[in-house]
Amino acid sequence: MIEKTVSELARALSTGSVSSVELTQAFIDRITSIDTQQNSYITVDEETALRQARQADDARSRGTDTLLLGIPIAHKDLFCTQGTKTTCGSKMLKDFVSPYDATVVARLKDSGAVTLGKTNCDEFAMGSSTENSFFGPTRNPWGQNRVPGGSSGGSASAVAAGLCAMATGTDTGGSIRQPASFCGVTGLKPTYGRVSRWGMIAYASSLDVGGPLAKTAHDAAIMLNAIAGHDPKDSTSVSISTEDYTQSLDAPLTNLRIGLPRQYFSKDLDPRVATIIQETARDLEKLGATLVDIDLQKSTLSLPAYYVIAPAEASTNLSRYDGVRYGYRCDDPLDLEDMYTRSRTEGFGNEVKRRIMIGTYALCAGYYDAYYKKAQKIRRLVKQDFDNAFQNVDVILSPTSPFTAFELGAKKDPVSMYLEDVYTLGVNLAGIPGISVPAGFIDGLPIGAQLIAPDFKEGLLLNIAHQYQQNSDWHKQKPSISKGVK
Amino acid sequence: MALDEKNIKDIAHLARLKIEENEVAESLADFSSILSMINEMQTVNTENIVPLSNPHEQTQKLRKDVVTESNDREKLLNLAPRATDGLFLVPRVID
Repeated sequence: MIEKTVSELARALSTGSVSSVELTQAFIDRITSIDTQQNSYITVDEETALRQARQADDARSRGTDTLLLGIPIAHKDLFCTQGTKTTCGSKMLKDFVSPYDATVVARLKDSGAVTLGKTNCDEFAMGSSTENSFFGPTRNPWGQNRVPGGSSGGSASAVAAGLCAMATGTDTGGSIRQPASFCGVTGLKPTYGRVSRWGMIAYASSLDVGGPLAKTAHDAAIMLNAIAGHDPKDSTSVSISTEDYTQSLDAPLTNLRIGLPRQYFSKDLDPRVATIIQETARDLEKLGATLVDIDLQKSTLSLPAYYVIAPAEASTNLSRYDGVRYGYRCDDPLDLEDMYTRSRTEGFGNEVKRRIMIGTYALCAGYYDAYYKKAQKIRRLVKQDFDNAFQNVDVILSPTSPFTAFELGAKKDPVSMYLEDVYTLGVNLAGIPGISVPAGFIDGLPIGAQLIAPDFKEGLLLNIAHQYQQNSDWHKQKPSISKGVK
Repeated sequence: MALDEKNIKDIAHLARLKIEENEVAESLADFSSILSMINEMQTVNTENIVPLSNPHEQTQKLRKDVVTESNDREKLLNLAPRATDGLFLVPRVID
């Protein structure tokens, strides 16, 4: 049962062949049996989950029959959940219990979803491997010595290993798509502002967006239906109306023009990854799409621009952690200055400190124009590059990541870790949506293909991903850890 | 703009972070390699390009100046490491 997709589970719950309590208990049992090893979860709230499941079953017995009613979900531990700890993978917030639910959490709750718990992530979403968590690294179900990607590695690995039916993630530079690629699941980064950031703890506010990690594009569409839309509590959430994202899934791909950026398939790309993405392109061509070679000349500039803008915003956002109002405070501070400095030094991990310092430097009066302003100008060039490409194509196809999941501890220097996100960062700078879909395997490890569309074309991305999944079975493969599970 | 160990300590201080003496050299090396990656930006001519700070170029929305939130003082003070009599407690600032 726990291997089923959300749409299959919805049918099973609707016909009464399983109850939400039974389903929730099955996920809890599975978490208990394998998550000590895998570490996808930071917090599992069994009591709350079973209470919500009973409420869902009650509601169903009274005639309610919505798609997500009674379906167990996991939330990345960056989303505030009232009454359950929200840690951001940090010592700074290790005991923090939010007094309110994030809008994403509240909307999924209102849709009837059952919250199993909170998933592991790189501290404050800063990382690409989930190794930067105060609560220890998460392991990839496809290889226990491999990372699940990051920063939403707990969510992606939980979906892959059947530890939840679906999960939320956040994406600032690739944090939904890259772990989706590493764990063989479907991950959608919506357009900036499509999903409310209220209650989603901030990393880089002009880049952050929440979105679904799921077994299929169809499931991601169901989740997006629940979470998309304007929220008066987030002034950057857009007022443009949403659509029913499941409605366009079956549209044929005829007349679809898919751009393949030459710069993304350079000689530096692992030829095995290139081959898989080219096969994906040919599969989509067979479904009626036309392939077009395109240029994204400025794409190589995304990496440096991102590593100025994101740390600059992070240094500002994370200045709130000062040991005064909430979060960690050092023992026996000598004075106020000592309290600020020691609380932050002891409460933050190394990568977070590194990015705060880069951001602080980039925002210094004398360097502001050379770094921050320059990066914002390049951000416009990157966006224009995508705008120009979309004059001639409907979507862009590329690898999600240049590699499959690497071994724990393999990337020691920060810049080599930053290069993980070279294909995903530009999408965040431009604010446009992107999706990663399972597209093949290299040495037994999954690899995803990324599709990128213009603003608010999530429906088109989900349509293409769904059509691809109707004609491929990469997304149906299960890691050995899941085999033998009913 | 090569940095030295003193610069690293100064930047850390601005961010109210402390770098231990035995960590300064490694921190400087990491910082310098990140900066050299970032400095790739300087090879691009961006004259007359307007900076982009928000992907949709949104401006701050305004709303009516009315109270919408309830007073959650107690609930919020409960989150504080130290609080008393409706106030956050911090080390003495003025003697």
